[in-house]
This record gives sequence, structure tokens and C-alpha cells, in this order.
Amino acid sequence: MSGELVERVTTNLPALQIALPLLTAAVCMVIRRARAAWALAMVVAWTSFASAGAILAWVWRHGDISYAEGGWQAPFGIELHIDLLNALVLLVVTGICAIVLTASPKSFDQEIWREHHAKVYALYLLCMTGLAGMTVTGDAFNVFVFLEISSLSSYALISQGTTRRALTSSIQYLVMGTLGGTFILLGIGMIYMVTGTLNMADMAVQLGAVGPNRTVLVALACIGIGIAIKLALFPLHIWLPNAYTYAPAIVTAFLAATSTKVAYYLLVRFIFSIFGAPLAFGALRLDAVLMPLAIAAMFAGSFVAIFQDNLKRMLAYSSVAQIGYMVLGLSLVSVSGLTGGLVHLFNHALMKSGLFLVMAAVLLRTGSVRIEAMAGLGRRMPWTMAAFVVAGLSMIGVPLTVGFVSKWYLVMGAIQAGLWPVAVLILLSSLLALIYIWRVIEVAYFREPPEDAPEVTEAPISLLGPIWVLAGATVFFGIFTSLSVGTASAAARMLLGVGQ
Amino acid sequence: MSVETAVGLAVLLPFAGILLIALLGRWPNLRETASLATGASTFAVVAGVILPVVQMGGRPRLDLVAVLPGLDLAFEVEPLGMLFALVASGLWIVTTIYSIGYMRGHHEEHQTRFYICFALAISGALGVAFAANVFTLFVFYEAITLSTYPLVTHHGTEAAKKAGRVYLGILMGTSVAFLLFALVWTYLAAGTTEFRPGGILAGRVEGWHLMVLLALYAFGTGKAALMPFHRWLPAAMVAPTPVSALLHAVAVVKAGVFTVLKIIIYVFGIDLLATTDASRWLCWVAAFTILAASIIALTKDNLKARLAYSTVSQLSYIVLGGALATTAGVMGGGMHIAMHALGKITLFFCAGAIMVGAHKTKISEIDGLGRRMPFTFGAFFLGSLSVIGLPPMGGSWSKWYLILGTIEADQLAMMVVLMVSSLLSIGYLMPVVGRAFFRPSPEDDEHGGSPRGGIHEAPFLCVLPPVLTGIGCVVAFFYADDIYELLMGIVAR
Repeated sequence: MSGELVERVTTNLPALQIALPLLTAAVCMVIRRARAAWALAMVVAWTSFASAGAILAWVWRHGDISYAEGGWQAPFGIELHIDLLNALVLLVVTGICAIVLTASPKSFDQEIWREHHAKVYALYLLCMTGLAGMTVTGDAFNVFVFLEISSLSSYALISQGTTRRALTSSIQYLVMGTLGGTFILLGIGMIYMVTGTLNMADMAVQLGAVGPNRTVLVALACIGIGIAIKLALFPLHIWLPNAYTYAPAIVTAFLAATSTKVAYYLLVRFIFSIFGAPLAFGALRLDAVLMPLAIAAMFAGSFVAIFQDNLKRMLAYSSVAQIGYMVLGLSLVSVSGLTGGLVHLFNHALMKSGLFLVMAAVLLRTGSVRIEAMAGLGRRMPWTMAAFVVAGLSMIGVPLTVGFVSKWYLVMGAIQAGLWPVAVLILLSSLLALIYIWRVIEVAYFREPPEDAPEVTEAPISLLGPIWVLAGATVFFGIFTSLSVGTASAAARMLLGVGQ
Repeated sequence: MSVETAVGLAVLLPFAGILLIALLGRWPNLRETASLATGASTFAVVAGVILPVVQMGGRPRLDLVAVLPGLDLAFEVEPLGMLFALVASGLWIVTTIYSIGYMRGHHEEHQTRFYICFALAISGALGVAFAANVFTLFVFYEAITLSTYPLVTHHGTEAAKKAGRVYLGILMGTSVAFLLFALVWTYLAAGTTEFRPGGILAGRVEGWHLMVLLALYAFGTGKAALMPFHRWLPAAMVAPTPVSALLHAVAVVKAGVFTVLKIIIYVFGIDLLATTDASRWLCWVAAFTILAASIIALTKDNLKARLAYSTVSQLSYIVLGGALATTAGVMGGGMHIAMHALGKITLFFCAGAIMVGAHKTKISEIDGLGRRMPFTFGAFFLGSLSVIGLPPMGGSWSKWYLILGTIEADQLAMMVVLMVSSLLSIGYLMPVVGRAFFRPSPEDDEHGGSPRGGIHEAPFLCVLPPVLTGIGCVVAFFYADDIYELLMGIVAR
């Protein structure tokens, strides 16, 4: 293939990230057959993943990709703009989408009526469209549109849970999510009012000229609050534990590793690329708000996780804590800190989707997600539980796992900023993770199952495969960090305007 | 085989052994053979290939992978690590022999898991010994913690689980909260975490910061069992005795004090500590631990618990040796790693043999047992003398150098502490021997005072190892010079 052709193909790939899942979602609705829909979705998800890889490689080598939708050039037309930051996020999102989807059939069979599978896959693809769209777009209003696509489809996905609580959780998320979306829309509207543009890059230029007037600050505040809700930043996280607990297992694994990550990306993008760090942290002192909240999230989330009897809920609260780590990294406003935040986005996606898939496997075999019900699983589902141990160690931050890498950069960022107590708090909070992870390990390995417990066998290979891909990745990327840390730190330097 | 390969091989061999052990899990005899073969070949590599090079002053280095910029996974063998690796891998062989006798004699379950975790722990210990920088050391330090956890909780009982929590909680807690913090700090201050002769912190960390950093390292190394972070060690005694013997007298605890010593020598540099007096407080903490743990040991009736507190006390000798920040102190500390290991493993072996042979765990129950188990208690006697530090036992040399160290550092109070501690250790070890040999057995009384039965020892494989290591304590007395020569490499540069 000649170089020119490669260029032409690669620079068009961003559009494919949106178009492919969007169109296929419609096809899935038409097919109606469970496995056929799954197979189709698989093709799309893995293609997206592959093309996300190609995009990242291209951006590393040749710089940003800009794609004008419909041939209308920015700033008037809608632009898809990819730099290292969203190329990395896109890789994570599509990768997790593909892996979780691979694991889905058996688990969906258990939790969702066969007739509904095709629709669920359609929703899954729609959600993926929204997430990928938010990630690749260079247009602020487009962000809102894709946010709604992903939100609406995720409300519907959550409501597919087996209990009625799924419906109330879905409504709760819907109310909160809509509030969040509205705040974001308000904020975008205000910026539009001030700058007269919706293109992100153009906005940044115009905002720089306008300076920090009150409208701009209020716009930033609105967007901050709106994203904080979608991100489930403590104390705006109340929708998350319920939504994660009552959604079907696969949906939880999918959303936990992608939805909050894209929200985090948006926060980074709006703060650093559009408003700019001087405005956000100089004129508005956003760090003074975000840092305490992030630390509170780290402790509150982990602390509550310790007392959960339900594995799913425990992992959900752990997510609240992990979001705290990511936001903390951002609020340090330094290369180390932001690298830590971004690399934790990558790392946490791997660990948490791995852990949630383990939960899906446990649910599939035992029919329960109560921690009590996991007694004796260490012997009965050795491979599944071993993966839990690996991913769990990573959550704790044991060296040679990805969790250590994140923690390293966050602690380093805190110390460099002279915030010694924060560094101590980061380390202490990871000890809480030790407690809640070890509770599960103790039950699984040391408690004998009750007499009347059903016979349990190892999870099927279709689940075990993806679980071990993720568990293996937590170790692999804990040792070979050039992809995750390399991209994250380059993106952080770019965002902070620091040379290599 | 190049010596660099050998360094990597030494750490990896136990891993290969794990595969074999797992594969052969169904055939106990083959499995144990594999375990023994792994131990023997690891020791052969350490002693046969690496040792000669280090003795000649070589520092074989093996770079594996750069995990983060400036944070490499790498090995570099220097004399102190060489000594620790020799001790750990050498005693592993003896312990494996002992385990075979003990685990079978005691009808333990999950023996395959036991041998696997054991091999992992040894691999971790070798990794710690050969680490070229604090980061690598930290990685393997954590690996030891994690791989020994299943050994501590081996029995799976409620008591074992509780002990496991204390074990993991303290070891992980201190390492994550303090040691990792110290690691990041060192990295930021010095721009590297490499171990270098003379240290890397001179001129980069100053004043009270130096003391805080030292505290983070000393307490962060929970395995060194400095009070108040010592409770995991007595808790770990619920494990099968071979675990207590090798891991909680040699590999795990020695990894701890080795870490402290190595960091004092190669990160701070004893000159820096001597000129700034930053380690003076650590002497006092160590002194307190030495005395307090000895006194607690006196009160313990359970033999293993008494030995555990004795270990806590003896470990602080080594920390003290480092904290004195003198050449003789460091030499004494380094030598004590080897000498105490030999002595204490003997004592634990004996405790296990008593448990298997006579089903006794308490000191108050062993009256007259010496006549039934003369070899076991003979070995116990030798080990005790070495731990107390009397000639002609290896332990006397390390104590000698430690005392020289106190004089060199002009800290006579520490000399008094060492003396008093020797007296205390006579107090808690000698009654065990005395009771066993000189008190009448309660069973004799029941049978009209006539000695019954004759010799009735534990299985051969349980008795041979303590006898071997007991004799080793005597041999070490005569070969202390070789250890001294080896360790001179630390200060000669």
C-alpha cells in the first residue's frame, strides 16, 4: 500500500469511529437474531479498536488528524480532531468495548431474554457511538449531542437488569444525567454567546482574546458541574453505585470502564484545551475545589466499599474512589500529576473492567454477587479467582502492575507540588483498597462453601479469555509502560504547553 | 555461562521449579525431588558461579527492563547481597529436606501449594538480595510478602486467617505507606534509586529531612520488625514450622534487615549518617526493640512464640549495626545476618521436630524430653549458644563486631544494651535445654520413676537438618574470616 493511500485511509478513520457503530446499531435492530447481532457487533467493535490503534500510531508519527465532516471546513463545519490525548482515550474505549463485548453472550443469556439480545446489542453499539463521538469530535456542541446519545442508550442498557431496582436506578441516573447534560449545554451556550463559535480550537483562541469575564467563568463552572455529574465525582456520584449494581453484569463492566473515562477526558479537554489552565486554575481556582473533592472521593469511596456485602456494589464504590485519583491528578496541574491522571484512566479501565468481568463470571456460575456466596470459589473457579487476585493487586498498587504506575505518578506529582500530606493521603487510601480487595480474597480462598451450596464449575472460556486478557494487560502494562505512560505524558506536556 | 546470566538465572530458577512442582503435584516423591533439585541448582548457581566473581571484586549487573524513566528493574550483586543470597539459597536446601519430613510427619494438606509458595518466596528473597536499586528491591520485597501470605494462612483456620490479616496488614501497610513514600522521595531528591557505594543522598537531602527519610525506610521495612511494627512476626507463627524456620528466621525477616542495612550503606552512606548523626535515634529504637522483645520472650511459654520474640530482638542487632554508622557496626550487622540465620533456623527446626516427635509445643511440657530426643535437643543447645553469642559459635563473631561498632561510634550505652541482651537470651533459651535434660519427665513418674523407652526421635528427615545447621553454627565460628573477607568488599571501596 502506498503511503498516500495509507494517509488517505487513516485520516478518514475518525469518521468511521462514529459512522460504523451508528449504522450497525440500526442493522442489529433489523436482524433480531441474538448471535448474529453479536457477531456483527463484534466485527464493528474490533474494527473500531484496530482503527483506533492505527489512529494512535498515525498521531504519534505524523501529528494531529483533522477531519472535516461533510467536507465543511472548520471553524464553520463540524470538525473531528484527534491529538494524542483523545487518541489514547479512543484506544481505551474501543478496546474495552471490544473485549467486554467478546465476553457478553453467555452472561447476556443468563440475565436478558434472548429476544431482547439484538436490541441490547444495538443499544451497546449506540452507546459506543456516543462515547467514541465525544472522544473524537472537535466541536463543543457535538460533544453534547454524543453525550446524549451515549447517556440515553446507557439508561436503556441499565434498565435491562434483572431486578426491578434496575428501573429505579435507571431513572435515578436519567435524572442526574439529564441535569448534568443540561449544565454542559448551558455552559457551551454561554461560550458560544461570548465567542460565536462551537469549534473547540477556535473557542480556545477566542476565549484567550476575551479573557476571564464573568460569563466565561460561569460557563466553566456549569461545564465543570455538568461533567462532574457524568463523571460521578464525589459528592455527585450517588447515581453510580445503584446504576452499576443493578445493571446487567456486562453492561456494568462496559460502562464502568468507558463512560466515566470519557467524562474525565471531557473535563481535561474543556479545562486544558478550551479554557486553558491559567483561566481554570488562576482566575477560577478550580484546583481548590477539585482537589478536596478528589481526596474525599478517594476516602469515601474506598471506605464505603469496605462495608459492602455485594461484590458489584463494592466495585462500584471502588470506582468512585478511583475517579478521585484521576481528578486529583488533574487538580495538581503539573506534568506528573496530569500524566498520573491520564495513565490512571488507561489503567483503571483495564483493572476495573477485568474485575467486573470476574464478577460477571461469578454471577454466571453461582447466580449471586453477594461476597458471602463466593465462599470456596478459590478452589472451584481457580482461574477466575486468580484473575481477581491479579487485578485486585493492581487496584492496591502492587509494583509491576498498572496500579503502581498510576500511584507512582500521582505521588510524585503531589510531592513535586510540595503537597506532602496529599502524597500521604494517596498512599493511605490505597491501603483501604487492600482491605476491600482482601475481604473478597479471604472469603473465596479460606471459607468453605455451605453444605447446600450448588455445584460450581469454572467459568466458560468465552468469559475466561477476556478476563485473562485484561488481567494479563494489568501486568503487561505495569512492566512495559511505553504505550500508556509514553502517550499520557506526551499528552500532558501538550496540554500544559511544556516542551518535551 | 556468563555471570550476568547466572544472576538472572538464580532469581528465575525457583520459578522454573514452581512449574515442575505444579506439574508433579500428584506424585509427592517426584514433587519433592523437583523441589530439592531446584534448591540445589539455585544454590549451585549462587555459590558456584556468582560468588567467585564477587569475591574477586566483581559486581555483575543485569538490566532487565526500564519500567519508567529512571526506574529500572535491574540486578547488581555486591557483597552484602551475595551473603544474603548464599544464606537464603543454602538454607533453602536444608529446609526442603526438613519440610519433607515435617509435612509428611505432620500430615499437612495442600503440600503442592506449600512448595510452590516456598519457591516463590525464595525467588523473592534472591531478587531482594541482588536488587540494583531501591525500586527493584521494593518489587521483590512485595513479592515476598504476597507469596508468604498463603504459607502463613496455610491451615485455613480462623486463627490462621486472623494471623494472615495482621501479617499482610502490617507488612503491606508499612511498605505502601512508608517505604513507597521513601522510594518516591529518594527518586525525586537524587534522580535515581540506584545503590551506590557511599550513598546517593549526600548533599541532596539535608537536616531533619534526612532523619524523616531514614524513619520512613526503617519503619517502612516492616519485615525488619522494629517495634512497634513487629507484631506480624509472632502472628506468623501459626504457619507450619518449616515456614517459621526458613521464612521467619531467614528469608523474610533477613530480607527486612538486609533492606535496612543496604539502604543505610548504599543510599544514605554511613559517612553521611555518621557526620549528621541522623541515625542516632534509630540506635535507640533498635535498642528498645532488642531489650523489650527479649523480656517478652522470657514470658512466653509457647516455644515458637518465644523464638519469634527472640528473632524480633536479634533482628534489631542488625538494624543497630547499621544505625551505628561505623565500619565495624556494618560488618557486624552483615555478619549477623548469616550467623543468626544459622542459629535461629536450628532452633526452629528443633521446635518443629519436638512438635512432630513428641507433639509438644509448650516449654512447660518438655521436661525430660532431652533423654528421648537427644539429637534434637543437642542441636537446640548448639543453636542457643550461637544465638546467645558464646564461642565457639558463629554468633559470637557478629556480636564481637557489633560491640566493636559501638566503641567505634562512641556509644557505650549500646554496648551495655548488647551485653544485657545476651544475658536475657541466656535467660530465655537455656531453661529450654535445662528442662529437657535435667528435669524428670512427668511420664517417668507415672511409671515408677524408671526411664522408659530410650531414644524416640522425630522422623529422620526432621532431625538431620537441625543437627546439620547446629554443626554449621560451630563451623561458622572457624570460617568467620571468609565472611569477613567477603564483607570487606563493602567498605573497601
